[in-house]
Amino acid sequence: MIEISNVSKTYETGNKALRNVSITIEDGEFVFIIGRSGSGKTTLFKLLLKETEPTSGKIVVNDMNLGKMPRRYVPKYRRRLGVVFQDFRLLKDRNVYENVAFAQRVIGASTRRIRESVPAMLQMVGLSAKYKMFPQQLSGGEQQRVAIARALINRPEVLLADEPTGNLDSHNAIEIMKLLEEINQMGTTVVVVTHSQEIVDRMQKRVIVMERGCVVSDEKKGGYTHED
Amino acid sequence: MRISTFWYCLKQGFINICRNIWFSLASVATISACIFLFCMFFSIMVNVQHVVKNVETTVGVTVFFDEGLSEEQIRAIGSVIGQRSEVSSMEFTSAQEAWDSFQQEYFEGMEDLADGFAEDNPLAGSASYQIFLKDISKQDEFVVYLENLDGVRRVNYSSSAAAGLTSFNTVIGILSGVIIGVLLAVSVFLISNTINVAAAFRRSENQIMRYIGATNYMIRAPFVVEGIIIGLLGAVIPLICMFFLYRQSIGYIEERFQILSGIFQFLPLGQIFPYMAATAMLLGLGIGFFASFFTIRKHLKV
Ligand SMILES: Nc1ncnc2c1ncn2[C@@H]1O[C@H](COP(=O)(O)OP(=O)(O)OP(=O)(O)O)[C@@H](O)[C@H]1O
Ligand SMILES: [Mg+2]
Repeated sequence: MIEISNVSKTYETGNKALRNVSITIEDGEFVFIIGRSGSGKTTLFKLLLKETEPTSGKIVVNDMNLGKMPRRYVPKYRRRLGVVFQDFRLLKDRNVYENVAFAQRVIGASTRRIRESVPAMLQMVGLSAKYKMFPQQLSGGEQQRVAIARALINRPEVLLADEPTGNLDSHNAIEIMKLLEEINQMGTTVVVVTHSQEIVDRMQKRVIVMERGCVVSDEKKGGYTHED
Repeated sequence: MRISTFWYCLKQGFINICRNIWFSLASVATISACIFLFCMFFSIMVNVQHVVKNVETTVGVTVFFDEGLSEEQIRAIGSVIGQRSEVSSMEFTSAQEAWDSFQQEYFEGMEDLADGFAEDNPLAGSASYQIFLKDISKQDEFVVYLENLDGVRRVNYSSSAAAGLTSFNTVIGILSGVIIGVLLAVSVFLISNTINVAAAFRRSENQIMRYIGATNYMIRAPFVVEGIIIGLLGAVIPLICMFFLYRQSIGYIEERFQILSGIFQFLPLGQIFPYMAATAMLLGLGIGFFASFFTIRKHLKV
């Protein structure tokens, strides 16, 4: 469970990115966060990843209070979250298999575990046949699948996706959303930031709308209501 | 840490080096120069020390006393001398002993002739102390002290060549310390630069690693491995050079300066190489580790 209570974030520049935001996300939920550019969506993710600290307020993820977490525990905590970005952020010098295996290698997983789980994960995202390809030989949709496989390989409880379909055409975007829904159905909490009206309207999931750092609407089975 | 993780970090460290081979080579070359000089000075100093030690234990100061002093009086003076801190050991030779050894040396086969002196030791005034010093560089002062003692007739001592060697060693030590220090600073600077470049290559990768939940150790590991490899290479190369150069130079010196061969006993390579190699490897490892560790630490502060 993710509990964000009365969180505000003011950057050193004086930018008030979040103002008194409170959001609760239950285990296994699928949530869209929408809102125009600069409304604070990415900032919210950064707080959840403990990349920056809130100016005030409290964030609790799976009963762990992020404000009280010692620094050395942060890497362990991050292993329980998966992250996907708009720009994929794959390693260009490594093939699909190694990009996914990377997430396991850097947390010190055994070779045996890597050999077992990577092919299974690639199968799930539909890239088994392309495991030897390098990122620049793949389409945008395929690259995002690799990124999703990498985010999921360590079996996180929560997947955070910041505009995962922002660089994709609508067909690929819908395919990626289907994949995220599948992942959600297997029990992972999924939080997706998006600007795509088509996707939000189509999926009929919970929608949180942000504006200038505030939550202005939060609907179960919502549509794309705010004007961009 | 798992073996597979170890290999992974090792591989990434090598990749770092290859990606930015010129910087890496420059770093290796500087450390090599630094450690080569270290090895050279090390060999010179150890050998000089060895020679000095030889001189110290074989060449002593001999003190003769005024004629007419009894053996008891001489021994009393001896015990005063023996209390000086410079003295390592001393040996008393009585007039009788001196005469005995003189006889053995010069009247060999003609003992009858020597018997003629039997009752009247011609070397009556030749009771002496042979004194060995702990530190031969103090010899000059010590001789002055002896000469001013009451009852001392004469002080025999070899030229202060050995003392000169010791001060030569001190000069070499200071000189090499300075040069090695400068080269060390340059090495650290170059490694630090190399690591900075490698870190720039891996910026996005490190960012991803952080999101995935890699520990700081894991993120630093490839860079520290890189530093250590550079440092160790920088130690191995000069050691190999030394291994071949040492014998050759000794052979050369012994051939060129045969007159010296009596005094100059060089240490065989086998006797000093283990120490030299261990120190050099530690030095390389230390430079590589610390330079890379602190450089990358600076980078990872987020
Ligand atoms: N590191 C930073 N330093 C200062 N201000 C920042 C920083 N990051 C973001 N901001 C500011 O905080 C506000 C919220 O930014 P944020 O990135 O969270 O918006 P967003 O909702 O993700 O926008 P977009 O939809 O364009 O990605 C913006 O006004 C932005 O300029
Ligand atoms: Mg954003």
